[in-house]
Amino acid sequence: MHELLAQAPLPVTPGTYFGWGPVMIQSGNLVVILTMLALFILALVLPFPGGRSRK
Amino acid sequence: MSTVKESSPDPELAGTGAYTWTGKSRQWFLRHLPPEKLLPEDQPSYVASWAYVFGMGAVAGLIFIIGSGVVLSLNGPQWYHVSSLGHFTNSVHLWSVELFFMFMVVHLWIKFWMAAWRGGRLLTWITGMLAFLVSIVTAFTGYLLQTNFDSQWIAFEAKDALNAVGIGAWFNVANLGQIFMWHIMLLPLAVGAVVALHVVLVRAHGVVPPLDAAATDAQLRDSTAGAQDPEAKPS
Repeated sequence: MHELLAQAPLPVTPGTYFGWGPVMIQSGNLVVILTMLALFILALVLPFPGGRSRK
Repeated sequence: MSTVKESSPDPELAGTGAYTWTGKSRQWFLRHLPPEKLLPEDQPSYVASWAYVFGMGAVAGLIFIIGSGVVLSLNGPQWYHVSSLGHFTNSVHLWSVELFFMFMVVHLWIKFWMAAWRGGRLLTWITGMLAFLVSIVTAFTGYLLQTNFDSQWIAFEAKDALNAVGIGAWFNVANLGQIFMWHIMLLPLAVGAVVALHVVLVRAHGVVPPLDAAATDAQLRDSTAGAQDPEAKPS
């Protein structure tokens, strides 16, 4: 039993939070949002490979 | 059955053979979902853009979610909570969900700014929004199944809200067995059905053209009674 408990994941840690006045966000959520914004902008500006040879 | 022949066009004379509900259904599907629309070999030139990639990215994420979820459900919590391969499969499931949602949200942003409900595509837009909402509920039940302090916290924060809107009796977040069934049976079926309908509607209506390409969209030629595209170049 103790072996099984030792293999179990560590208890959840609170994580890192950023705050600006009333705004507070957890680091993981901030990373996901910034990644989505980056993907959105890159999708608009990056050329599509092989695009010119398509019909 | 002579009365049928007198009241409607004779299917035998018309060459359709659509006497029965199966025949009539076949006619309906062939008219609205012909094979060349369901499995096209080429797409309009404007589809060669990263803006048209994220929908299929979300579908790819969903395939990984379902595949890893099937492995998790076949082996059970005693496997995925303690073994190395179980932890890995559990992580594949989680990160597939992260990618699924990120691709789906970028897809939503791009289609919103393209006004993708144009050209009779309103139901495509609505099924996309439904897929997003059902996916959120499915992901929520997934967080409840971690069986740790985090899932306990999420469940008991959510139960007050669910009781307040009157659905806590049959969607009880404190009932692990019930939430398990929602997560691995009912909600995956709902997500799969809505996403499948969304993709079929995209195929039936074609991908939405960019705002400035609407007038010369090759897919709109049928609706303009065979009018020739003045800007079409000979290939």
